[in-house]
Amino acid sequence: MKCVTVDFDKCTGLGICESLAPDFFEVNDDGELLLLKEDIGDAELQEVEEAVNGCPTEALKIVDR
Amino acid sequence: MTEVRRLVVVGASLAGLRAVEAARKTGYDGEIVLVGAEEHLPYDRPPLSKAFLGAADDNGDLPEVPWFRTEETLRDELGVDVRLGKPATALDTEARTVTVGDERIGYDALVIATGAHARVLPGADGLEGVYPLRTLDDSLAVREKLEAGARTVVIGAGFIGSEVASTARKRGLEATIVEALPTPLVRATGHEMGAAIASLHDLNGTSLRCGVGVSSIEGDGRVERVVLADGSSIEADLVVVGIGVVPSVGWLEGSGVTLENGVVCDENLWTGVPGVYAAGDVANWFNPTLGERQRMENWTAAAEQGAAAARNALDPENAKPYGTVPYFWSDWYDVRIQFVGSPDADEVRLVDGDPASGGRWVALYRRGDRLIGALTVNGQTEIMKYRVQIMKGGSWEDALAFAETRRKAHEEKLAAAAAPA
Repeated sequence: MKCVTVDFDKCTGLGICESLAPDFFEVNDDGELLLLKEDIGDAELQEVEEAVNGCPTEALKIVDR
Repeated sequence: MTEVRRLVVVGASLAGLRAVEAARKTGYDGEIVLVGAEEHLPYDRPPLSKAFLGAADDNGDLPEVPWFRTEETLRDELGVDVRLGKPATALDTEARTVTVGDERIGYDALVIATGAHARVLPGADGLEGVYPLRTLDDSLAVREKLEAGARTVVIGAGFIGSEVASTARKRGLEATIVEALPTPLVRATGHEMGAAIASLHDLNGTSLRCGVGVSSIEGDGRVERVVLADGSSIEADLVVVGIGVVPSVGWLEGSGVTLENGVVCDENLWTGVPGVYAAGDVANWFNPTLGERQRMENWTAAAEQGAAAARNALDPENAKPYGTVPYFWSDWYDVRIQFVGSPDADEVRLVDGDPASGGRWVALYRRGDRLIGALTVNGQTEIMKYRVQIMKGGSWEDALAFAETRRKAHEEKLAAAAAPA
């Protein structure tokens, strides 16, 4: 199963991931990223990959679990 | 169609780096040459005017240089022939060569990612303490002055200049911004919002002087003062010139690549010349998502275009258009400013919050009956919801209704937090 992980030390809450994969990511009022779910279905892989590539702080990763 | 055996990427910043990484990701195993004008390995630019200028931490360590990749990663893992320290000086599209120093490097596919360079203020040459802020070396020079407690004058109230002034203030230094136009940030955010955002400076103790030009920068060897067109002058130890950038296309004159506000490309980032693509700040391309020609100067576009240009350059027959809802952010004081879409609008409406209070606000931009842009100040949880709507071509009416729901929800949340438990 592929999963997405967030390195919260790197994340600054810019939110690009939320716009590309809103089912997975949301930035809250305080500018902190919430990971809404981790497991990536086959149909969702492309959008999560785009979110990973789109992150300016390289805080996101897709891992096999 | 000849197979690509050598991909040359000119420009070793974000777009260039993403181009070589994306090329390898497609499985391409031919040669890659990455040409960079600076001596430095690729580094990240957004921090250079923000966190990188900040004061040392409790251990006395200054923020680290935001390198992207090590030399080993580039050479060994990505198999890239990295040529640093000399700019490309010419492109021959007939012979398919790029001139770097005394060498002509042949290419099958080429990605132009030479970015842009800082516009300079005439007459300030040779004075120590006067810098643009574009490169790592610029940022290091500025930081050294801030460390020494420089009285700071920023010329140009755009995002970069505003970020520098804000960092100087955070360090407890005097900061003044001088802007020739009556209202700052109009091109990026429109009139009303430009004025609203600029008010953050006053609220945070930075003096902002608009509508007055600079007549000279004076000093004996090193900068001492900035003299304004109204005759007044401001004492300064550091002057940062943030008056915009110019696409770096000088080396492409006469190459056959069309130059007009950068390198003109179609929606596939193709220049129209066989094998030649462009990406990043230098690319003036047709953005199919907004239906307009744009040249972006932001992180997201550079990253995504770099990757898209390389993929298309390696497989032109299956080229895919690159479209996006532009996004940029800027950090001033403890405020995050975020913008998505286009500021070229028929109407701008404040839908939540109040700029006069300086706290948090949301503004939406209408073109025809479509939502075309959104601006938030400390609205991190709001902004990307509008980016999604703009991507989908959402209507103005729907956006306003959504904004009203969000506004009420935020109000209720604040009320609940304020109520005694």
